[in-house]
Amino acid sequence: MKFKYFFSLLLLAGLTSCSTDSEEVIPDNELEGLVKIQTIQNHTHKLELYSANGDLQEGYNKIVFNLQTLDGREMISDAEIQWNPMMHMESMAHSAPKSEINKRTENLYEGYIIFTMAENEIEYWSIDFDYTIDGEVFSLEAPITVLPTERQKVTSFMGLDDKRYVLTLVEPTDPEVATNEVTIGLFQMANMMEYPVMDGYRILIDPRMPGMGNHSSPNNVHLTRFASDDFYHGKLNLTMSGYWRINLILHNEHGEVVKGEPVDEINESSSLYVELEF
Amino acid sequence: MKKILFTVVLFFLGIATTTAQEKEQVTTDSVSLKEIILIGKKQDVSGKEPKPLATLDEYLEKSSKVDMIKRGAYAWEPMINGMTTERSVITIDGMRIFSACTDKMDPVTSYVEISNLSEASISSGQMGAENGATIGGGIDLKRQKEGFTNRRWNGGLSAGGESNGGVKIAGFDLSYGNDSFYFNSDFMYRDAENYFAGGNEEVRYSQFTKYNYSGIAGFKISNHQAVEGSVILDRAIDVGYPALPMDVSLAQAAIVSLMYEHHQPVDFIEHWETKLYFNSIEHQMDDSERTNVPVRMDMPGWSDTYGYYSKAKTTLGNHGIKVNINGFYNKSLAEMTMYPNDPSEKEMFMFTWPNVRTLYSGIFLEDHISINEKYSLQLSGSLGSQMNEIHDPSGLQSLRIFYPEMEKSKARLLPGFNSRFQTDFRNWNFSAGVGYGERAPSVSEGYGFYLFNSFDGFDYIGNPNLAKEKSIELNAGAGMKRKEWKAEINGSYFHIMDYIIGKPDFTLSPMTIGANGIKVYEQLPYATIFHGDFSVSYKLLNNLNWNGKVIYNRGRSHNKEILPLVQPLSYFSSLEFRSGLFSMETSIDGAVEKTEFSREFGESGAPSYTVVNISASKVMYVHQQKLILKLGAENLFDAFYYTFSDWNNIPRKGRNLFINLKYFIQ
Ligand SMILES: [Cu+2]
Repeated sequence: MKFKYFFSLLLLAGLTSCSTDSEEVIPDNELEGLVKIQTIQNHTHKLELYSANGDLQEGYNKIVFNLQTLDGREMISDAEIQWNPMMHMESMAHSAPKSEINKRTENLYEGYIIFTMAENEIEYWSIDFDYTIDGEVFSLEAPITVLPTERQKVTSFMGLDDKRYVLTLVEPTDPEVATNEVTIGLFQMANMMEYPVMDGYRILIDPRMPGMGNHSSPNNVHLTRFASDDFYHGKLNLTMSGYWRINLILHNEHGEVVKGEPVDEINESSSLYVELEF
Repeated sequence: MKKILFTVVLFFLGIATTTAQEKEQVTTDSVSLKEIILIGKKQDVSGKEPKPLATLDEYLEKSSKVDMIKRGAYAWEPMINGMTTERSVITIDGMRIFSACTDKMDPVTSYVEISNLSEASISSGQMGAENGATIGGGIDLKRQKEGFTNRRWNGGLSAGGESNGGVKIAGFDLSYGNDSFYFNSDFMYRDAENYFAGGNEEVRYSQFTKYNYSGIAGFKISNHQAVEGSVILDRAIDVGYPALPMDVSLAQAAIVSLMYEHHQPVDFIEHWETKLYFNSIEHQMDDSERTNVPVRMDMPGWSDTYGYYSKAKTTLGNHGIKVNINGFYNKSLAEMTMYPNDPSEKEMFMFTWPNVRTLYSGIFLEDHISINEKYSLQLSGSLGSQMNEIHDPSGLQSLRIFYPEMEKSKARLLPGFNSRFQTDFRNWNFSAGVGYGERAPSVSEGYGFYLFNSFDGFDYIGNPNLAKEKSIELNAGAGMKRKEWKAEINGSYFHIMDYIIGKPDFTLSPMTIGANGIKVYEQLPYATIFHGDFSVSYKLLNNLNWNGKVIYNRGRSHNKEILPLVQPLSYFSSLEFRSGLFSMETSIDGAVEKTEFSREFGESGAPSYTVVNISASKVMYVHQQKLILKLGAENLFDAFYYTFSDWNNIPRKGRNLFINLKYFIQ
């Protein structure tokens, strides 16, 4: 008797989920580990933005999204999409380093954006998408919220070569007392809209704990560019948890210093650095 | 008046004697590599001990084989043959216990009290391998137990006070014994404030408070079988370590055991004894009492040990045979939390001992062969297997920063062997022996992570790839006994291969603020250690005894560099007078200047010193109950001094007057 009751409940649950969830056309497993940030829509389509924690913040952001018809009945999985983030400042507007958009899974697209700053009371970010479906061009645009990070993950600077750069920490997002894979993105700010990935440079790392006599850690590996992605890779050793300042020196392809100074007894920190706290 | 004059004369005699002494309570079985120091009731009853309520550390210090490293007034670290605790095995009634402090603030000996113990048995080199693999030797602390004595109820009260540091001591004990049941129970309390070095210089952070309770009970389950349960609970709070940058707010231990013994279980075994034990140690180290620290930190540590032994002995013809099978499982964990001065920053945390598990199993066999009345040969062999494993994945990851290829666990086999030949001729006896032993690296040596050594100012990093340390040992001794004279000379020589020591690596940056650098444990091809002692006692008059003792140590690395913490030529001399219920003792103790020292270890030598002590005691009977009163003065002339084994050269106690009272209730 009990079993029967339980079975019918189960059946009921199955039926209701099938019939009413017309909006959830994406299988759940595709969205595993993702949290929705917001939905952007125009008269014909809507686009759902996702990230790992449902936020966008200063620095490197991996962004996942889907595109679907406004009524949500159909996923558009083969559109050609361009995107562009814009920072609207008082006197000017600029974009930010970003990747191409790639297909992630059946129904999802992905890419990254490096927000060079957080929003504030008067300055804000927006994002627009231009997409083509069967030769027809559409666009979507909306303001987005970019939160500040507690510690510096991204920095924009003028190099000794008089070029403007954006440098951002990509990994580790979850640092441990261990040997961590460290990934950094380096972009040149060619103009307000274009931020090409810089190749052939070298990034020297010197992690320090200012709260503990500015001690370092052993056996770190300086970062070099891997051809397989847009980033520079190395190894970062963290001997304890807490606040670490990752001092950096940027060398160009000729081994010349572009930015940053070595840390020693007198000089506590490089002018080029990112921070970790865990 | 005459009496006073007499004591003064005695006293100067004591100073005039240049050599040293073997105290009566340090008994040695002819020439021997074993020394027994009587503690607790055994010496109380005899009334011979000049300061019966002395700490266990003070008792052990009397042995000619043992030196104590002092980091303060409390918890000294015993060295056997000039070797620190990594190279020795310290047990309580055969039980292995491991310290929980990464800075060696809590040697095993700090978790017991004199009231728990009847004696300390100190064995040199491989003679001490019965309870585990060792190089320097072993100390087995034997519990005080009433036994199936039929003495019924006995009790005692003790109280003591010392002028220097305001030491207060109080204790009581109660025991009961009949032919099928016994128990002992005792409690001891000690409290001390900062002590003063010679010249009235206060040694800050040298206070401590300690409580110790112990209980033991035995039942006969048949004429030949008995079971015994025992517990020691020890708790020290507010312990200062003037030589170190940190103190201890709490150090506590619970030590429990259950033993089964069987006399003559089968015809050819005389005695068989099996024990299961467990002990748990908690150590809370912090710098909350210190002013002006660059960063506040807590460094707690824990050590739990589960173990057993089963040993049997028998005599077969002229063979005295002993077999001991033992094992333990230890868990050592220590961590460090630092509180940044900038409150917006998160706490910093690391494992300093990454939850290291040690599993040891060993077997020890000994055959004492009496060849004839004059010659005897003692052979022993041991084999241990030790497995170390880093249990905590994050601890393993942190060590892999230094050793990317390191494995989670490591197994080692530890063989040992000893043979000793002894001969007796009339009043003379001679002995010579050769031994071989191995040991595995300690938890700190293998897996320590940024352990600060305040002596050399280096952060130490363990090295999981260390090979075993191996020692070849030679020893020889001669003794002579006459009517009034007794003299003995002993020497032990150790050739230690793959000697483990920290060596600086200047490519690495230290973690501790102000540290000089990083040392990583490495191995010297070999090091040599020599320990020699000479002791003599002479009966000047019927009730007047003179004792003298000289100790010499030498330690060198393969390239003739001096090893750290090597004792310079030291001496001790005493005169004992005893007449009926009154007794008196005066002694001097000192060392020549330490001119050979290890600069790399931060040593700077130690000046010569001589300290004079004097004590008197009287046994009284109050309503037929015995009362012993002891009065004394240590460092009578208030000399300012420190020795080779005083960590960071912190000075020792200046003049100290003490009173010890012991009241026996029967
Ligand atoms: Cu400690």
